[in-house]
Amino acid sequence: MDKEVIIEKINNFLVEEFEVEEDDIAPEAGLKETLELDSLDFVDLVVAIESNFGVKLVGEDFVNVKTLQDFYTLIEHKLS
Amino acid sequence: MTKRVVITGMGIYSCIGENINKVKESLYNGTSGIVVDQERIAFGYRSPLTGMVPKPNLKKALSRRQRISMGEESEYAYMATIEALESANMSQEFIDKHDVGILYGNDSTAKSVIESNDKIREKQDTTLVGSGAIFQGMNSSVTMNLSTIFKLTGINFTVSAACASGSHAIGMAYQLIKSGLQDYVICGGAQEINKLAMGSFDGLGVFSTNTNNPQEASRPFDMGRDGLVPSGGAATLILESYEAAVKRGAPILGEVIGYGFSSNGEHISTPNVNGPSRAMKMALEQANIPANTIDYVNAHATSTPVGDANEAKAIFEVFGENGPYVSSTKSMTGHECWMAGASEVIYSLIMMKSGFIAPNINLKQPDEAASKLNLVSKTLEKKIDVFLSNSFGFGGTNSALIIKNI
Repeated sequence: MDKEVIIEKINNFLVEEFEVEEDDIAPEAGLKETLELDSLDFVDLVVAIESNFGVKLVGEDFVNVKTLQDFYTLIEHKLS
Repeated sequence: MTKRVVITGMGIYSCIGENINKVKESLYNGTSGIVVDQERIAFGYRSPLTGMVPKPNLKKALSRRQRISMGEESEYAYMATIEALESANMSQEFIDKHDVGILYGNDSTAKSVIESNDKIREKQDTTLVGSGAIFQGMNSSVTMNLSTIFKLTGINFTVSAACASGSHAIGMAYQLIKSGLQDYVICGGAQEINKLAMGSFDGLGVFSTNTNNPQEASRPFDMGRDGLVPSGGAATLILESYEAAVKRGAPILGEVIGYGFSSNGEHISTPNVNGPSRAMKMALEQANIPANTIDYVNAHATSTPVGDANEAKAIFEVFGENGPYVSSTKSMTGHECWMAGASEVIYSLIMMKSGFIAPNINLKQPDEAASKLNLVSKTLEKKIDVFLSNSFGFGGTNSALIIKNI
């Protein structure tokens, strides 16, 4: 899947489903600090990734994911 | 030294109205909220009759995190609680500075539990059910959601006592405030309305099948009754100590003066006469008033042949000849189950504050036991100073509350 498509899909569900402020969406945005996602939201991120991309993440996948860019990169790797 | 306990706010989300004003109108006009739910026919129900409320749209009021933990019973309870807090003039700022508690009646979250397990079965993966499912599925869902939404710091638990849940929740709140352990308690009852919640109850064959005339199906005390009609929604009351209410200048709607309870100790579903009678007598003793002080009894009567007759006998045993006016508002609302004990206190409070007694609609010919009661079948202009509200449930749990005008 094209990198831009991945980014667009992720941004879309963050805004539509997670109700993240559109203005806060930026590659350097911290998932916890800027987008204010908490531990329960990470469970729902697994659900959103599975329904949008058909891959299942596990908790360990998020160990080094701090920013939105890290998240995009993780999904790119999982889909490659 | 015990404290006096008063009601300072009420809110409701019911099939006869989604707020106090609409409900007042329906009660006065004897309007039924019963409809046919086509989904239930295809699902295998014996009876598709039910009370129905619209799904609240909470998108603007609550965040995603708050909403995804709420099943429908919590959504209804939120709507009722917002109205109750407003009517009590209790702001979030006040709540933030005081230990406000919550005791709410609820006894099922069937839809949430079934749908989340269906998803796990489909995905064969528990994570993919999402983070809200656990909080929607627990029986204490209503209290865990409302306590976090309103940032409550007092008592916090759910009361599960079948169709007396809402009434016992008020009774428990009354006891806590009376004993001085709490000054403010949000209490009430919630009941989900969906085909997944009531199928096994329908299976007992106790629901009315009068589908030709849905609004005439619920007919408590009438000879022609053929069963109850399930219903739901939510009802919230704000209880406070009299001193606390006066101190903050709260509107006082009534005073809880008695709470009686009992268990039948017999059959799991068939009610008896003795248990309800003992609960009513205990409530009168607690209130320290003679039986003839009661102006109105809001009966539990659900429109089942045995239940109504046994309650009629119990009421007659307690109050005797020339007893108080009696009606069952379930004739209009259907049986609001876990919510009923709280909603019926609100229905009665509305009548008390407005000077009328709502009719027991569809009452054409009372049966033998009911014919000894002073039943109200047409709206009656009448000042109520004190009323008693009965609630009984499976397992033989009984609750009777006495409320006085103030």
